[in-house]
Amino acid sequence: MPATLRWLGRRLILAAFVVFGAATAAFAAMNLMPGDPVLTILGSTNPTPALIAQVRSDLGYDEPFAVRYAEFLGRLVHGDLGQSYQLREPVTEVITGQLLPTAELALTAFVLALAVAAVLAVTTAGRRPAVRRVVSALELLTTSSPGFWIGILLLTFLSFRIHLFPAAGGDGVNGLVLPAITLALGMTGVFSQVLRAGLERALEEPYALTARARGTGETAVRTRHALRHALIPVLTLSGWALGTLLSGAVVVETVFGRRGIGRVMATAVIGRDVPTVTGVVIVSAVFFTLINILVDGLYRVIDPRLRQEKA
Amino acid sequence: MPDSDRTLLTVEGLRVGFRVPGGRIEAVRGVDFTLAAGECLAIVGESGSGKSVTARALVGLAGTGASVGADRLELDGLDLRGIGDRQWREVRGGRIGLVLQDALSSLDPLRTIGAEIGETLQNHGGGTRAERRARAVDLLRQVHLPDPEIRVGWHSHELSGGQRQRALIAASMAADPPVLIADEPTTALDVTVQAQILDLLAAKKDAGTALLLISHDLAVVARLADRIAVMHGGRFVEQGEARDILVDPAHPYTRTLLTAVPTTRPRGTRLSLTPIAGPPPGPDGCTYAASCPLAADSCRTGPIVPVLREPGHAVLCPRTDEPWPAPPPPLANRAAPAETTGEDDEPATVIEVTGVTKSYGGPPAVLEASLRLRAGRTLGVVGESGSGKSTLALLVLGLLEPDAGTIEVLGRPWSARPERERRALRGRIQLVPQDPLAAFDPRYRVGRIIAEALGVPGAWAARRDRRIAGLLERVGLDPSLAGRHPRQLSGGQRQRVAIARALASEPEVLVCDEAVSALDVSVQAQILDLFVDLQRELGLALLFISHDLGVVHHISDDVVVMRSAEIVERGPVERVFQSPEHPYTKALLTALPSPEDVLDDPGPVARPT
Repeated sequence: MPATLRWLGRRLILAAFVVFGAATAAFAAMNLMPGDPVLTILGSTNPTPALIAQVRSDLGYDEPFAVRYAEFLGRLVHGDLGQSYQLREPVTEVITGQLLPTAELALTAFVLALAVAAVLAVTTAGRRPAVRRVVSALELLTTSSPGFWIGILLLTFLSFRIHLFPAAGGDGVNGLVLPAITLALGMTGVFSQVLRAGLERALEEPYALTARARGTGETAVRTRHALRHALIPVLTLSGWALGTLLSGAVVVETVFGRRGIGRVMATAVIGRDVPTVTGVVIVSAVFFTLINILVDGLYRVIDPRLRQEKA
Repeated sequence: MPDSDRTLLTVEGLRVGFRVPGGRIEAVRGVDFTLAAGECLAIVGESGSGKSVTARALVGLAGTGASVGADRLELDGLDLRGIGDRQWREVRGGRIGLVLQDALSSLDPLRTIGAEIGETLQNHGGGTRAERRARAVDLLRQVHLPDPEIRVGWHSHELSGGQRQRALIAASMAADPPVLIADEPTTALDVTVQAQILDLLAAKKDAGTALLLISHDLAVVARLADRIAVMHGGRFVEQGEARDILVDPAHPYTRTLLTAVPTTRPRGTRLSLTPIAGPPPGPDGCTYAASCPLAADSCRTGPIVPVLREPGHAVLCPRTDEPWPAPPPPLANRAAPAETTGEDDEPATVIEVTGVTKSYGGPPAVLEASLRLRAGRTLGVVGESGSGKSTLALLVLGLLEPDAGTIEVLGRPWSARPERERRALRGRIQLVPQDPLAAFDPRYRVGRIIAEALGVPGAWAARRDRRIAGLLERVGLDPSLAGRHPRQLSGGQRQRVAIARALASEPEVLVCDEAVSALDVSVQAQILDLFVDLQRELGLALLFISHDLGVVHHISDDVVVMRSAEIVERGPVERVFQSPEHPYTKALLTALPSPEDVLDDPGPVARPT
């Protein structure tokens, strides 16, 4: 597999550049924003000029931009994302502490969306137009509805009315159900539309006809042959989808009062907590590139034609 | 072992219709046949004749929206009419195997061929995973796939065209169905590979399999078929013993088909007949009446009753005893086959290729090729896929730069020139592509497609429209077609538009890269005749590239044979075809199917390697 190794090496080098670019963009954006971060941090305490100068020097804001950028990069290379202004602890610790609940939420939502979409698509692709149209309309509805609104609806009916699931908190599986459903609903519609289109295309191909001519049943033709072909465009989407889930987590974690990176991010932006925001951006960029490499790797697993190196 | 003469399949009055927006299409309109063990029936027809729909209806896969009806539809005592899905699944693969055209898309590209064969086994009996794999290896060995233990784990894209077709046949035959339906099993294959696959099918037939062979090509089925049914417009217009059909065809359509096969005709004769213009046939009338040289008014109104010409030879035509129109006179002297007495008598050289080599990074695609095309003559380039023919075409067209060697066009250097200097000459050497639909902008109408090649500015619109109309007439099209989109045209009309576009810049040379390969044989005949007419009228030089030896033989004055990037033989076409010198040319000519094969001892022609 030297071709695959070479491919992986090339992708990892490119990924490093992407992360570097994201870090620079985040740093620049946070520093170029109008307003003084020092004043924001000190807030309504009506600080004395001496105190302001003191904080400014502590945070290094008395240095020129280029120097601050160089220092930021230097720390970044060593894995140091700086000190959170608000929480007064290292950003790396803040993030690692909150990463797991968010990853749990995003992954559950992703798997849930994919599973439901696959069932919907396999059962309705190329079948009776009436059923197909109704399901398709429902998918459009869920995809177009804002996540927080769906979350509030779910809370109202399943938590406050019939007390099936906890309204807030609950770190176990019980507490995961409603947020995951809320987050997954929008994604399900997109996945199932893409899957259905792919399935319908694949079912028209000669290999599907050949499979049927071997005596393969309709369900097996759909799951064993067509579904794999239909999954390729979904795979393309999933890189984007995980990103969307991450940003969706900001809203969902707030609505359901869950711990997680999304909430950290929301509070940090409001509080102009520069190191935390930059840190979350960098960690997200790392995740993004890794997921995209994983996605491209999965292409090669699903489609053997891609394993051959191009001439 | 073969229990021959046992009728396995009985079909009477098979009808298949499709619901389409705004009506119904009758694709198969009453077809009767039987098929016995160890027998081969070939259904021959051109695209749209209903032959594939017939085949698929037999396994209950006629398609969505299809309604299938029959007076009798029996498979070895089982009435196939109205059986449920579970029973159909037992029939498919278990009792009737189906092999489709184009194994690249008929094998799931994401699965190994072992998995594809295993699926058939799993559906019909099964065994454990390991047993199925062992059986798959065994089956691949039976179809003579080299190194079956290794290739069982390969995907279809890793196999050659012939190997793929072998794997597909192995998958269809895995559960030992007594009936095998092969729908165009050799159409996409090179002629030597085609011969091997036909041998493989012949061996299955000899082992007692009932074989239903679907093809557009009478020459291909001649080698294999015991009986032939010729299909047109959803009906069998003629059915009988293979020998009777091929030697003594009675229906005008069969006769046209046989005339249209370029192999059998001496050069310089026309392949197509001009039909008598008349109103289109009515619903009960003969579907061939619109193109038939014998058609009378009664043919168009119908109904047409089958005539039994001799026992077992039925013809759906009341006018078989009418005299067949004499073929049009042979074409008057095409560029005289000047016996070379001196260089001075030869027409001017329009293309001179000297020692050209081109590689795409790997082994060379063209290696030290030299050829010369003279004004008003045709040089055929023949070879199998991957032999470098198309690369040679791109080099001659100046779309690729040679790595070594030179190309001259109209006496001027052509290769290794800046594009700016070449542009002035570009109009004088034009391409006729294989697939015009892909070579046209799908948003353009026919008129604009041609206008683009004319390059006449808009102010000259009136003159331009006259020129477009003239070009369309020149290639035998109604000028009113200028307003159509290429998608609305038939394959033959599209190819004529492509030729009209190529002629727009008044070229001296046409490069035809597989220009008739995608066409039905009767349409191919018309296009070949058109090329000959145009050459005579305009003095065009043709560089005619094709894998089809019959086509090249028919149209060329001189021929070069290419194999793995090299020109292995060259010479005047009659010399090369009658006394080939290179062993590869000999192998090609031996493998070439011909309707006369039916007269030969049906022994194997090519041994699989």
